[in-house]
Amino acid sequence: MAEYQSLFTQVQVRTPAHAGVPLPRGTWIRQGTPRFSYLLGKIGDAQIGPIYLGWLGVASIVSGIVAIEIIGLNMWASVNWDPVQFVRQFFWLALEPPPPKYGLSIPPLNEGGWWLMAGFFLTLSILLWWVRTYRRARALGMGTHVAWAFAAAIWLYLVLGFIRPILMGSWSEAVPFGIFPHLDWTAAFSIRYGNLFYNPFHCLSIVFLYGSVLLFAMHGATILAVSRFGGDREVEQILDRGTAAERAALFWRWTMGFNATMESIHRWAWWFAVLTPLTGGIGILLTGTVVDNWYLWAVKHGVAPAYPEVFPPVVDPAAAAAR
Amino acid sequence: MQPPSGYRTPPVLIGLGVGAAVIAVGLALTYEAPPIQTSQTGFRGLAMADVQNPRRVADRVVANRVPEPQPAVQPAGQKAAELYENVPVLGDLDVEEFNRLMAAITEWVSPEQGCGYCHAEGEPLSSDKLYTKVVARKMLQMVGTINADWQAHVGATGVTCWTCHRGQPVPVGTWFTEPNPMQAGGGAQGPTGQNRPAPLATLASLPADPLTPLLSGPEAPIRVIDNRVLPLRGQQGASIQATELTYSLMHYVSDSLGVNCTYCHNSRSFFSWDQSTPQRTTAWHGIRMVRSLNQNYLLPLEGVFPKERLGPLGDVPKLACATCHQGAAKPLLGVSMLKDYPELAAIKR
Repeated sequence: MAEYQSLFTQVQVRTPAHAGVPLPRGTWIRQGTPRFSYLLGKIGDAQIGPIYLGWLGVASIVSGIVAIEIIGLNMWASVNWDPVQFVRQFFWLALEPPPPKYGLSIPPLNEGGWWLMAGFFLTLSILLWWVRTYRRARALGMGTHVAWAFAAAIWLYLVLGFIRPILMGSWSEAVPFGIFPHLDWTAAFSIRYGNLFYNPFHCLSIVFLYGSVLLFAMHGATILAVSRFGGDREVEQILDRGTAAERAALFWRWTMGFNATMESIHRWAWWFAVLTPLTGGIGILLTGTVVDNWYLWAVKHGVAPAYPEVFPPVVDPAAAAAR
Repeated sequence: MQPPSGYRTPPVLIGLGVGAAVIAVGLALTYEAPPIQTSQTGFRGLAMADVQNPRRVADRVVANRVPEPQPAVQPAGQKAAELYENVPVLGDLDVEEFNRLMAAITEWVSPEQGCGYCHAEGEPLSSDKLYTKVVARKMLQMVGTINADWQAHVGATGVTCWTCHRGQPVPVGTWFTEPNPMQAGGGAQGPTGQNRPAPLATLASLPADPLTPLLSGPEAPIRVIDNRVLPLRGQQGASIQATELTYSLMHYVSDSLGVNCTYCHNSRSFFSWDQSTPQRTTAWHGIRMVRSLNQNYLLPLEGVFPKERLGPLGDVPKLACATCHQGAAKPLLGVSMLKDYPELAAIKR
């Protein structure tokens, strides 16, 4: 017999479509007749819609499309409008920021002007979407935790493409729009500033990133493992601790001597996730502006250890020639 | 409370299986097939290692075959200049040594075309009618310069014509400045010199041509990392774009030598000389050697080469790391051919 499971449901429980809780006064109403998708029901709620865009959502999507059009059409133009080459070389193509000679001035369109414009519309789109997440949460009477978590990611995005380039006095310091090119930028950025691995805020960001992954896996596994005792009803378990919460807590006390609570685990996860881009953004912001070479910085502050010499001593031949 | 029974394998496992198969195909098509052999070269725990694939090592042994030396000859006691006309570079050689060297050069450079590749048919041997003879003279002077003045790079091993030519009139590892790829132009983004698969830089999206700006002129800044903890007020260091150009050049060097970064550098600090291996010093001299040879021996041949030997932008063929190294950390795997032809270290320039 088919049975109900809490995640990757074996049986889809279908109720009449739910239009959502009543909203306070609003300029827009929810759009469209709800539909059901069997496949989406395998991984989440089978109901699609109704949707709410509002003018913020519409403006955000329009700006986002403008940005993606500018990026995509410039990529396509760079292979002379050849559709086959556009697909074949897509991962290599990019819209580059202006070259260093333009500093913070407005460059010609074909030398970075398009990059500046794409960046403006992408930023506008992201900020409008942020306001939307804030306003929709408020409209539903929710807290604004999602909006502030999103803001942490926006912080890192703005540091990379806006704040740090302005502090460095050149748009050329910013990241290109492109798949491989932005990865090359990342590698070159680390090399240029003497190895980002010695940047303590980069270290913190990695701790929170990997920590988020670990916490997510631990939490997901724990809840799945106790869902047979009703553990997937987390909100109820927070308010009224049942055998699921007791077993989960005892499991972690047995295995690592400490357990989060049904409530605090979500604060752990939220803070780890939010601190990843928050600390990462600080690390990027300090690079080149107040620290020029992270390896030498780490040597100076006793972070980078010295290792026994294996090779005969090597000296800079350019310095040797200068003497 | 009893846990519910009647557990069954969730379909997610099927999804995972399909996903694993797709990833496996992607890996097989993208990466070099094992075995990859890693041998430690530096202090433990620093990832200082030499990475090699035995199949490619075996290919390298075949590709770096060294021809038997020409049989030794008895000196005739007469200088080449006394017997032949128009021998300004090799005139001081003994006639017998001179003829032996000519035979060797034919074997090294034009084994199929023979003497006629440089010496025009129906003309006296002294004739400079063919451009190939003029180029060959310049190249002999270049070999002499490398062996005499660039021991910091080539050591006592030295070079001969074979080091680059390997039986081909045009060595495989020469390069030209390539034109920018075809773009729509107009108001759309103009050429950036990067963000296309770059053949010289292991198909990365890095700058496509690191050689023209960095290795064809007398000098160019390759160093992009500042040797100071804190930035100096009002001093803009190297840009990210300049860094990518250097990064592209390093890809080229690594690919040309068949080595990974840690052959010369300790990746914890690419710039620190006190963290580097002695090979980095050799490479440093090599970079200066390449620039000097392009400046003094290849670029001056403009006007000598016929059109069909020039690049798409009309530039002469130039040399760089791959021209000699051809995928080996030591060209010809370190075998010295110079010891059989010591005259190539004492050529009049």
